[in-house]
This record gives sequence, structure tokens and C-alpha cells, in this order.
Amino acid sequence: MEHIEFEYPNAQRRITNRAHVGVVGSGDMEVLFEPSERAGAHVSIATSVNGFRGAWQAVFDRFFSKFDGSVRIQVNDAGATPGSVLLRLEQAVEALGQ
Amino acid sequence: MSEHVGLRGKAWFQALTGQDEASKEDPASVLTADVIIGDERALFLCVIPNPGSRFPCVRDGQVGLEEGYTLAHRVREALNADKDKPKSQKRPIIAIIDVKSQAYGRREETAGLFLAAAASSDAYASARMAGHPVISFVVGHALSGGFLTHGYQANRILALDDAGVTIHAMHKEAAAKITRRSVDDLERLGERILPMSYNVQDYAKLGLLHQLLHVESLIEPNQSEVDEAKNAIIAAIVDARKGPPDLGVRRQSPAAQKSRKAGIAARALMEHEWKKV
Amino acid sequence: MIETIEINVIPAFVNRGSFIELNGRERAQALFDKGSWRELVGPFDRIESPWLPMQGVAPQFDDGCVVIKGRITGKPAVAISLEGAFQGGSIGEVSGAKMVAALDLATIDSRDGKPTAAILLLETGGVRLQEANLGLAAIAEVIASILELRQYAPVITVIAGTVGCFGGMALAAGVSSYVVMTREARLGLNGPEVIEQESGKDEFDASDRALIWSIHGGEQRVGMGLADDLVEDSVDGIASAVQHFVTAGKPTQHRSEQVELYRRRIASLDASSQIDPLALREQWKGFNSKGRTR
Repeated sequence: MEHIEFEYPNAQRRITNRAHVGVVGSGDMEVLFEPSERAGAHVSIATSVNGFRGAWQAVFDRFFSKFDGSVRIQVNDAGATPGSVLLRLEQAVEALGQ
Repeated sequence: MSEHVGLRGKAWFQALTGQDEASKEDPASVLTADVIIGDERALFLCVIPNPGSRFPCVRDGQVGLEEGYTLAHRVREALNADKDKPKSQKRPIIAIIDVKSQAYGRREETAGLFLAAAASSDAYASARMAGHPVISFVVGHALSGGFLTHGYQANRILALDDAGVTIHAMHKEAAAKITRRSVDDLERLGERILPMSYNVQDYAKLGLLHQLLHVESLIEPNQSEVDEAKNAIIAAIVDARKGPPDLGVRRQSPAAQKSRKAGIAARALMEHEWKKV
Repeated sequence: MIETIEINVIPAFVNRGSFIELNGRERAQALFDKGSWRELVGPFDRIESPWLPMQGVAPQFDDGCVVIKGRITGKPAVAISLEGAFQGGSIGEVSGAKMVAALDLATIDSRDGKPTAAILLLETGGVRLQEANLGLAAIAEVIASILELRQYAPVITVIAGTVGCFGGMALAAGVSSYVVMTREARLGLNGPEVIEQESGKDEFDASDRALIWSIHGGEQRVGMGLADDLVEDSVDGIASAVQHFVTAGKPTQHRSEQVELYRRRIASLDASSQIDPLALREQWKGFNSKGRTR
């Protein structure tokens, strides 16, 4: 198991809704989006597949290049591909409606 | 896997009741006796191997179709006989347990083994809910569907403290195969992860057991060991009668409050949120 | 007290989507009157398994058990839905505790004069082996809690597939008031793989799909009288079946109480060879004391 954390201090737009998307099946992940209590956006990932910090960083960097909400993001992951991760994040944004 | 599975059950049943054969109307695998313990009559039940069973998949002591419905029948017989008696006079029901598992067979699945197991579980629970003290005494193996069928609905569970006593969801060899691990790996995992342990002393730490009994001669108990077991069962009967008829006691011991912390927290939060809807 | 109740009337031409394709949460939500429901102890509460991360297995925020409380055809009800895609829908310490707690709370309300039906959406292989004894103990408690609740309100098990309902949770189905299944669904104490592993390929060839469904499949189980209703895989159809049984209330007798009937049925089984499932259906119809298999 690995626990990975990222900070995105420039994501400052106020968010008031929350969203949950996904199921922790094999090759899949779930994610929670909630308003952040602190400034910026904060990501924490629990993953059963070790050694992919760089890939996670790349996906979230790409995600936050388009999304600027001040959110707390929490992920439980059982081996989702970067493409699947991005999809889940986009679904969460849609569910958030903000 | 202990080669003695099933033998301890019969030995202890005989030691506690003086009987070692099934009623003529019942399959040879289900021993029942209505005998005195302490100063009252109690129903004792035990499932043992029946190498002559017409169902091949129960011959090593697995709990199958006949076993499930016979247990249900005998427990309901006691339930009906005592139904108009006051609670303090409803006879104790004592399950002596040494079962390898449920029966793994095609006939059993075809004829709905799940319902036979449910019927037995229902009967034991119904007796408990009606006020009968239901006591389980694990003297050997208490595994998965076998234990759910015969014993796990008890008010109080007692077990012998010995390496040959195993309470678990699946016997080691099967669990190793299905999780693609070695038996050694599984045992090591059980040392770190309390609910996965095959050691009955670790099971006791989960807070589900009323008492662990220390005896020396497990297969052929001597008189003082039988007396000690009887006294422990009698004390469990008294304790069961003092408490409510549900299984809430399994969350209340200090051991349970530690080992089942997350489940207890989930329950508390559920109670809190339920009221708001 | 006058309450405004919203009844969800579903026109015939909508809601024909597959139920099986929905996840555990969506399945539970689909059963309730519109706007009448709330999820309890959901993912945002984050009560996860403490045991899975210790073994390098990713947990799920709701531990694979979704509890939704609300109204079905205006009547109070709670749905408890297992997510089959997470650890095979297996029962662990937390998912089991959520199920038991919801059943017990429904019982308390029912005893207090507000009968509250429970719908169990069971896609599960039984005990989560990574939590072994806590999973098994939880299943014993689920059985006990169903037996308490069913005295006051119906407990309706729905098995839609694709995981089916196996292991100790098949006993939960067995003590339920009613069991609803699709053709795709399966119900049994032991699945084909574990029978093949324990008793050999001759006893059960786990690769023989026709054999599996002929024994465990929804059509066979309903045909045997071991389940109550065979429904098409549609959200509309399953929601309707649930509404029917919520409205029906308690059955006159529970299947798991019919010990004499089943003792006679088992006594008459010819165990000298494997049993033909279709022939057994016919044979048991002759054994039913009331003329209609339940």
C-alpha cells in the first residue's frame, strides 16, 4: 500500500458541493471531492499498486491545469490506468456541478 | 487438518450425556440427548462423522442436508414442548461442536443445502429468542457453514484451549488454495491480522467467546475435566438467562470493544444518522 | 399525523434499463420513491476496513455496503446493498456491522409501531477471507437480525447477478421473508469452484456453465420453490417486484420454518447418484402441502 499526497495551492475557486464517484474494483478506483477547509486543493491517494508516484503526479498536474476548485480529493485505488483516473476525476467534476 | 475431526465431538457428547448414538429416527450423524445438567433437563446436540451416510459428501463429519434439518427438527421439538413454560424453565440447548465444514457436494447444492443450514440456524435462534439459554461448546473444529448451522446462534460460546481447536471461516488448506498462498503464509498472516488467525487464543481476543477452558486430555476427558466443563456450561446458562436474548453481548466485552472498534463505530454512526431521516 | 407522501409511479415505457449494469448504490437508489431516500454511513463518513490496508488491499470508503433509508410505495423501508465489484461483495467487519445495525434499527422502529421493511441486495461470495472470523461472526449476526425483523416486517432478498449469493450469506437469503432472482442470478451455499476444489471435478465441473445454472440459477431456484419470484433484468421489473413484497407484508409462514416439509423432501431423495434438477422440481411439487410452491 502506498499513500501519496499532492498540493495545488493555485486551485482557489470556492467549492460548496461534494461528489463521490467510482468503485474499488480490480483495475478501478473511487474518489471523493469535498470543499477544502484550507486554501488551495489537497489530494491524498491510497493505492494498492506501489511505485507509480510519477504517474499519479502527471495525471493530477494535467487535471489541475484545467480545474481550479479548492477541493479536498481522496482516492482509493486498486490499479486504475492514468486514463481511467482522469475519467473518474472528470466524472467527479460533472457530479460536483461547480 | 486434524485427523481427529469429529472424534472429539462424540467423546465429549458421551462424557456429558452418557449417550453416544443417534435416535433411531435420526441419521447416525446427529446425536441428541435430553439429560440433566446441574439441576435441570437440557437438550444436547452434536454432529459427528457418519461413514455410512447415503450422502457421500458428509461422511467425514461435514454438515449436510439431513444434518441441517435434523438439528432444526430436534431444536424445534424442544421449543414447542417448552413454549408455555416461563422463561426460567425453558430448557437449555447445548451444542457440542466439532465439525469439519458444510458438505461440498452437487446433491447438496441441488437440493438446497443453503436452506437446510438456514433452517437449523433459524431453529437455534428462535429458541434463543424465546428465552432458551443456547450454549455452544467448541471442542474441535467450528468452521464456516458448519458453525453457522450448528452453534453460532448461541447466547454464549465456550471453547477448549488447544491447538486442535479451530474456529474459522475456511479450513487452512482450502483457504490457502483459494487465495493462492501457502499454508505457512496464511499462518504468518494470522499472526499479524487477528481475525485471520487459526489460533483459538487469538479468536478469544475478538471478544466473541464467553470462556476458554483449559483441559489436558482433549479426546478422552477424565472425570475432573468433564466436571469442570459441566460447571462452565452451567455458569454460562446462568449468565445467559441474566441477559437479553439477542447477540448484543458479542459487542460488549473489553476484547470486543478493542477488536471490533470499526464495526462498533459504524453501528453508532448508523444509529445517529437513522434518527435524522 | 398527516404526511405528504410521494408515490413513484413509473410509466411502462421508461426505466427498462438493465438492473445488473447498475452498481450497488444505484441499485438501492432505484428501489425508492423519488425524493424519499437518504444514504446512511456513506462514503463521506469514511468508515473503512481497518484490516485490508494491513494486507496491501485498497479499502473502499463505504466498505462495499450501501445503506439507504426512505419510502417504497409510501411505506418506510431500508435497503442494504452489497457492492459485488468490491472484494466480491464479501462481508467484512464494517460491511457486516452496517447491515446488522440497519436491520436492528428497522426492528426497533417496527416494534415501535412503524413497520419498516428491509431489502437486502445480495451480490456476495460470503465471508471476506481477509477478515475471516470477523466476517463469519458478522454473518451469524446478520442471520439473527433478519430473524428478529421478519417477525414485524418483510425482509426481501434480491439477487440479480452477476456475482450471485453464496457462502454464509446464502443463509441470510434462506431466512428472508421473500427471495427475488433474475435468470442470470445464482444462489447456493457453495459455489462451483469450491466444490470442485474440495470434492473433485466429477462432483462439480466448475467450467460447465449449463450445469451451474441448472443447479444454482434463478429459474431453477424459483422452480424448486427455494425462491419466490423470477424477474427480468430491468430496473422497472425489479423495483415492481420489491414494491409487491413490501405491500404484501409478512408471509403466512417462512420457508426456513418449514422443517417437516423439507425433512420429508430430503428423506425421499435418491442419493445413490447425482440428482436431476428438473426432475427434482417435479418431485417436490408433489410434496408441497399447500398446492403452491413457496
